[in-house]
This record gives sequence, structure tokens and C-alpha cells, in this order.
Amino acid sequence: MSDTPKELRYAKSHEWLRDEGDGTATIGISEHAQELLGDLVFVDLPEVGTNVEAGGDCAVVESVKAASDVYSPVTGEVIEVNESLDDAPETINEDAFGNGWMFKVKLDDAGELDSLLDADAYDALVAEEDH
Amino acid sequence: MEKQTVLYETHKSMGGKMVPFGGWDMPLHYGSQLEEHHQVRRDAGMFDVSHMTVVDLKGPQAKPYLRHLLANDVDKLKTTGKALYSCMLNEQGGVVDDLIVYYLNDDWFRMVVNAGTTEKDLAWLEKQTTGYDLTITPRRDLAMIAVQGPNARTKALSRMSETLQKAGAELKPFNAVMDGDWFLARTGYTGEDGFEIMLPGDQAESFWKSLTDAGVAPCGLGARDTLRLEAGMNLYGADMDEETSPLESGLGWTIAWEPEDRDFIGRSVLQAQRKDPEKQRFIGLVLTGRGVLRNHLKLFDGDEPVGEITSGGFAPTLERSIAFARVKPGIGETCEVEIRGKRVSAQVVKPPFVRHGKSQLS
Repeated sequence: MSDTPKELRYAKSHEWLRDEGDGTATIGISEHAQELLGDLVFVDLPEVGTNVEAGGDCAVVESVKAASDVYSPVTGEVIEVNESLDDAPETINEDAFGNGWMFKVKLDDAGELDSLLDADAYDALVAEEDH
Repeated sequence: MEKQTVLYETHKSMGGKMVPFGGWDMPLHYGSQLEEHHQVRRDAGMFDVSHMTVVDLKGPQAKPYLRHLLANDVDKLKTTGKALYSCMLNEQGGVVDDLIVYYLNDDWFRMVVNAGTTEKDLAWLEKQTTGYDLTITPRRDLAMIAVQGPNARTKALSRMSETLQKAGAELKPFNAVMDGDWFLARTGYTGEDGFEIMLPGDQAESFWKSLTDAGVAPCGLGARDTLRLEAGMNLYGADMDEETSPLESGLGWTIAWEPEDRDFIGRSVLQAQRKDPEKQRFIGLVLTGRGVLRNHLKLFDGDEPVGEITSGGFAPTLERSIAFARVKPGIGETCEVEIRGKRVSAQVVKPPFVRHGKSQLS
């Protein structure tokens, strides 16, 4: 059984998104992504007020090994970022789907959510990449 | 197809995440690279370094051969088991490889060379033998395990033959002792005390498991890299290569200039470089702004490009990012690093960054 939360949506680039139901969404990287990256040591978050585009890079996570871009799964305005990650980037390793959230976006178009993967489709994608 | 050391299956069974490195499938980590790093700084960790190559050089002219081959001088080695770090240069003064050479007797030296450069090194060694009476034998039958950390020697010795326990307890840094095909050296690549142990390949698995029982943590190449970076030790292929000389790589201390009449390969080029005030310098950097220093990032003083990072990363002991860099002469106490288009400030320091578990930064 997969531990991929059913209530979240996923991007092919390994971000997750939680629809808060009020026109905003919370975004982070998946458990699979943090595992591939290894121990995280630095997170560069977008600034509040920035406009992000679906598929556009908007944050960076760096592990001991390398830096990786994080892409916004949706278009909108960044309304909050998880500042606790500045001092504790390892929170993403420890709790990728929970306390390791990265930023919140006010959605331009809630319809964009339909283009994202559900948990089953994301698990299938991960299984395929592993081969 | 990557090569596998005799410990390959053991690494997999212990959860090692295997990655290609220098033509070999090696463990990057066994779960957490950071924890493995701290384990070595605080207690004891072990690394499979069997991918590196042990080479025996035997014959009446092994010594004059090595005095011509290496930039450091094996004539400094007077007692059995004494070790010397040296660069092996090409005619242009570039580094073919860096290595450790041990003196066993006047007819027998042993060196350890890097994994990724082994084939090139062996061809180079053969090419230089003209006129020298010696044989060169890569010891593919031997495995090699590094046990490193403040408690490494005590833990490792408890798992060895009585002969090695006795001799090993008294071994001085940068010295080695032999017992049959076992070779115990008080050397390493982490800035901590410890041993590098060569042993017959067919005994490597049981010894590795015995060390595990003694409380020595298996560590991967990831931790090996952050440990050596903190310890101020160069990595071949990143910090120096065939295009750069030891003088441009912070390795001037490994060149034996005396006696003046020793004609080692690359000497004439190095001597000219030594007097050249325009030659680039090699420095340490500590990032004072936010981010992580990475290989090949560019350095600036105002708008002027002043150099490039040769190897960098996150230093777990310091919880900051550090790097080595090759820079123009005359760089000040600070500079700026370009990270993803932004300038971040860094402080110029003299490596090492960490020694025996302690920060060397003021």
C-alpha cells in the first residue's frame, strides 16, 4: 500500500498541492522527491506577492548532493511561505506532506487543478520512473 | 557495466544506495549522508575504498624511479611503513594523479591511486620505467576499508590479529605496519584519526561485519566527500587535474624542491610557475550569505571576475557552506559568489575548515 495521501493532487515534476477550498492551495514536494534528493540543507522560497505560473520554477531545494528547482503546479499569487524551512530545511525530509509544506498560492483559475494527477496516477508515475 | 567491489552485496544488504563512481558501483549513503558524516566526527565510521588501486613497485631501482616520477621525494622515507602524499605530474606540470606512497624496504614501495584514474596511471607508470629495473603490480586481490573517527582505532583494533593489535596500538600518524597480506596504515581522508586497512579480498566481508558488530557505522561516498572538504583535502578531478599544477591547487607543500638536482617529471615548468606573481592562488571560502556553494560557481570582486569554485558543498559540522576556489592573486578577505544569477557574499579563509571534530573558523 502506498502512503501517498489521497486528498492531495500531484504534478509530474513531484510537487503536491492541497486544495484549501477557498480559492487557495498549499504546495510542497512529494515524499518520493525528498527521498531522491536526500538530506536537505537549504531552501530558497518565493517572495510573498510574487506571481507564479503553472510549470514555472519558483523555489529551490538543495540537498548535500545538489540543487533542484521546484515548479509551481498552478498559476496564481504567492500569499504565504513556510519561513520555518529557512532554519530547518530537514523538515521536508521528515514530513514532506505536512510540516514540510513550502508555499501557498491564491489561484487564478481553480480549473487548473483538474489537470493535476490524483494519488493513484502519481504512484503509477513513480513506479514507472523506478524502472 | 560498472565494476563491483567484493563488498557490493554487503552494501546492498545493509541498505546502501548504490551509484556509479569512477567506473564502480559504490554506496552513496545507507540512509542519511548527514548522520554518517556526524558519526565519523563524533565516534567511528567505515568506508569501502576497495575501488582505489593498490600498486606494488618492486626492484632494485624502485627508489630512483619514484624519485623521478613523483613531485614529492621518497628519499624522505627512511623507516618501514612510512607514508608520503605526493602528486604525480606530466611534463607540463599538470597533475596525472595524487597518491599515497609507502616505503616498505629499499626494493619495495607501495602506492594507492584513485579509482577513476587507475588505467591511465598504470599506463603512465609503465611508460616511465624505461631505464629502471623494477616491476609494477596492481594488487587487485586486496580490498581496502577506511575506519575513521575519534573512536575508530580502538574499535578497529579490537577486531584484528594479535600481531596487528600490538603494532597498531603504537602506530604513529602516517605510518603503516604489515602482517601477512594485511596492511594497517594510520592514514585517512576525513581529518579524523583512524586507519586505512588493506586485506585479502576474501576476508573483507567478514571483517566489515565484524566492524559493524564493534559499533562502526557504514558510511558512503557522500559523507566521504563532505568530510574531506571540511578537512581541507583536495579531490582529484575537481580541485586539480592534468591542466592544473600543484602550485595552482594549494598543493605547493607537497613539492620537494630540495635537492635541486633531483630531476622529477614536471620540475622545470613548476620552477617557472613558482616565480610567476600572476599565477592563480587556491583558497578556502565560507559562505556568509544564504545558499550552497557548488563546483564551478563564479567569483566576483565588484564587477571583476576573480575566480571559480573547484569543489564546494554544505559542511555538516559547521552547518554552513564551504568551498575551495582557484582565484586571481590579490583577492581580499571577502568576495561574491554568483548563485542562480544572484550575488552572495563569502569570506576567504585558509583550509582546513575542521580538524579532529573542531571548527577551525575564527
